[in-house]
Amino acid sequence: MSASIKTLVKDGLWDNNVVFAQMLALCPSMAVTTSGTNGLGMGLATTAVLAASNILISLIRGVVSPQVRIPVFIILIAGLVTLVDMALDAWLHELYKVLGIFIALIVVNCAILGRAEAFASRNGVWASCVDGLAMGLGFTFALTLIGLIREFLGSGTLFAQAPQLLGAGFAFLEIRLHERGGALLMILPPGAFAVLGFLLAGKRLLDARRQAGQKSRQKTSDAEESAAPVDTR
Amino acid sequence: MALENLKEHPLYQPVLLGAVALLASVTLAWVADATREAIGEAEAADLRDSLVEVLPDGFADNNLLADRVEIDAGGEDPLLVYRARQGGTVKGVVFKVVGKGYGGEIVILMAVDKDGGILGVRVLKHTETPGLGDKIEIAKSGWINGFTGKALDGAVWAVKKDGGGFDQLAGATITPRAVVNAVKSGLETFARHKAALLEGERSS
Repeated sequence: MSASIKTLVKDGLWDNNVVFAQMLALCPSMAVTTSGTNGLGMGLATTAVLAASNILISLIRGVVSPQVRIPVFIILIAGLVTLVDMALDAWLHELYKVLGIFIALIVVNCAILGRAEAFASRNGVWASCVDGLAMGLGFTFALTLIGLIREFLGSGTLFAQAPQLLGAGFAFLEIRLHERGGALLMILPPGAFAVLGFLLAGKRLLDARRQAGQKSRQKTSDAEESAAPVDTR
Repeated sequence: MALENLKEHPLYQPVLLGAVALLASVTLAWVADATREAIGEAEAADLRDSLVEVLPDGFADNNLLADRVEIDAGGEDPLLVYRARQGGTVKGVVFKVVGKGYGGEIVILMAVDKDGGILGVRVLKHTETPGLGDKIEIAKSGWINGFTGKALDGAVWAVKKDGGGFDQLAGATITPRAVVNAVKSGLETFARHKAALLEGERSS
């Protein structure tokens, strides 16, 4: 069990990352990542909804028939998001004023439906909960990274307005690197595509290196086993 | 096993879908009802805070929320106008205007002095793009303060791109254009209803 949890977490954060590997949820990823703070806010709000929807769908997976599963999931997810939206507005109004803009966007996040379909409808409640959290945190990581890069290149800040999202105690996160703005293009939609493209290429490169490293290790051990020396070039 | 057989029944799908939809609707209706009061209170508190913020310090010595008039400004609902008094005479009014932004409605609160000059403007609610259009919020940039002191006469009510006197925001043109137009229409409403606003009876 613990091994499978480890795989789930590893999948969510890196190997099967919502943005970097599955290429899902690109609409919110592109739209809100104009700053690291925005990415973080969207990521955390999505994580909460994703974990909750995974739990809910895993609970009812026994009664849902395959023919109508998609509309059922959509109703549940849309209902859940609206529920969270209203509850935050009523009882955590200060937080809502900051996060409110992100919550409505979660409805259009296909990653949530994706996880419901691919994981929660086939797995137990506990595993689904872990999967939701891991996928959500992977999403948060991706969005925060894209946001930070775009913000750094586009407006010369890091985590601008972080205190408004996380509270005054996080003012130290907010860094203004230079006064004279930056490349506006990075804040605009093309900047999102460019940054995501480079990040994807970077991830492929890292994964390829890692694989090559594993292969060459294997080859060396094979070579050691066979008596004759093998040219590994 | 019984459930698996049931799932094959042609009626199972519509009944399941209907049940889920019904359950979701009932839950949402219940939560909407349970939160309505709290949301109303939170919004009233927000309004009270922004009423104070939109006026210069110490401008009013009365309770603005209690001193309001309703005028018919051509919209569906009557326009609620809150009046700021000093020693009993109306020195300025505060009211909401709504602009059509990039992501939906932008609700703006504006304060106008008795001669039609702007005392202050704040955005109460909007769904503009984070990082671009949201610079109309006072928390994100000082752009909105550019309206203070302006009046219908003496300023060109358009963003600079359209040949006007107001800065646009980097990467966002539709949002500031919507705010400028909304504030301008607010000033026009004020000019049309000036007498009723300054001297009319308060309505409860």
